Amino acid sequence: MAADRLSNRHLLGIKYIDRNDIDLILDTAKNFKEVINRPIKKVPSLRDITIANIFFENSTRTKLSFELAEKRLSADIVNFAASSSSVSKGETLIDTVNNILSMKVDMVVMRHPYPGAGVFLSKHVKAQIVNAGDGAHEHPTQALLDAFSIQEKLGTVTGKKVVIVGDILHSRVAISNILCLQKLGAEVMVCGPTTLIPKHIASLGVRVEHDLRKALNWCDVANMLRIQLERQDIKYFPSLREYAMMYGLDKKLLQSLDKEIIVMHPGPINRGVEITSDVADSGQSIILDQVENGVAVRMAVLYLLAAQKE
Amino acid sequence: MQKRTLLDGQKIQITIKRLCRQLIENHDDFKDTVLIGIQPRGIYFADRIRTELQEILPEARILKGNLDITFFRDDFRRKDSIVTASSNSIDFIIEDKKVVLIDDVLWTGRTIRAAMDALLAYGRPRKVELLVLIDRRFSRQLPIEPDYIGHRVDTLNHQQVRVSWNETDQEDKIVLISESTK
Repeated sequence: MAADRLSNRHLLGIKYIDRNDIDLILDTAKNFKEVINRPIKKVPSLRDITIANIFFENSTRTKLSFELAEKRLSADIVNFAASSSSVSKGETLIDTVNNILSMKVDMVVMRHPYPGAGVFLSKHVKAQIVNAGDGAHEHPTQALLDAFSIQEKLGTVTGKKVVIVGDILHSRVAISNILCLQKLGAEVMVCGPTTLIPKHIASLGVRVEHDLRKALNWCDVANMLRIQLERQDIKYFPSLREYAMMYGLDKKLLQSLDKEIIVMHPGPINRGVEITSDVADSGQSIILDQVENGVAVRMAVLYLLAAQKE
Repeated sequence: MQKRTLLDGQKIQITIKRLCRQLIENHDDFKDTVLIGIQPRGIYFADRIRTELQEILPEARILKGNLDITFFRDDFRRKDSIVTASSNSIDFIIEDKKVVLIDDVLWTGRTIRAAMDALLAYGRPRKVELLVLIDRRFSRQLPIEPDYIGHRVDTLNHQQVRVSWNETDQEDKIVLISESTK
């Protein structure tokens, strides 16, 4: 049994939490998964809490997932999207957030294009901060929900082999996943073209592989990341078609492996690039479970953070 | 620290038998009645009640579920509140059923309030009754009274009633613990 409180007031990244925290979150998420499968999917735990969802960067799934998690916990929420706000009039991050906080907000869920924005904010405002993605730095709730999904499917994360395939260089999901899986005792490999693998990634203690077939034959779970064209300022590979041929996962490749592996994807999928449609919709894919688990895991995070008060 | 045994294993068994007879008096063959044990400690007691009922009524199909009330507590974000939840397992519909809530110790009544709240997520019961093994009377903070009582005790606020079960603590026993007050 894990400890019964988190060690931190904020969730800024997997870097800042320990194994006990992760176990506690995953255990609590199990309870919430049961809650969201009831006819009445709501519990009153956070009814006296107001949460601001501040998104300085576009997001559909994460934002929806957080909103749903907040509503299922009975929190009051305010939404704020940078594109339709005073940020475009030149307001600073602290000013924006402080203005929102003067409306008596207890927690802030923030996505921001700059790495470390959450950490910076946590030092300057009173509210509790949940990082919903900061640039190419961390995306802790995604890593937690991925770990939860693996645990749910395989019974445990400890000792499992997970390969993260694709654009590691621009991916906050990759960093958070590596840290989270390692803290849970899994072996991690990254796989992709040399241009998309950061130079010193091996210093994190992960294996590096450039041959997709070898990587897939090694692993129990393959997490296929999206090619983030919007973050790529230069060309990292000749064409999407060539990428798909070298690093795309299709049914033929999947079936030619020695064992049945689990396929994950954090979404949104570029069908036909990272994975083909028949793989995404196959029985080995747990992509839609990941989405469902996302709500349960985020409920657990918000609930446990709320319990931290003082 | 002083310890006083309130009930030993044999007395607990006699009490359980008596409570089951009382339940049968009101619920016949349990066709429309379900038992719900409250997590984490009420479920062992509920199991005992169910086993005993099943022995007396071998033909009856007695449904029993476990209900966790953690997310419905009214002391969340207050000092010392319990945060970690236990599992719910209610795999039947309670809509229009008679529900017997079962817990080991009734003290302030707040757990039962939360349980009634939590129960609503599973439907609208026709009737809800409360069965407790130990009633710490005169210490209620809410207008809640049990329908079936194993044993009544008078306690002070700083005292603690500890129920041990064979399943988890290797013996059936109920003790009243008084911390020495200065």
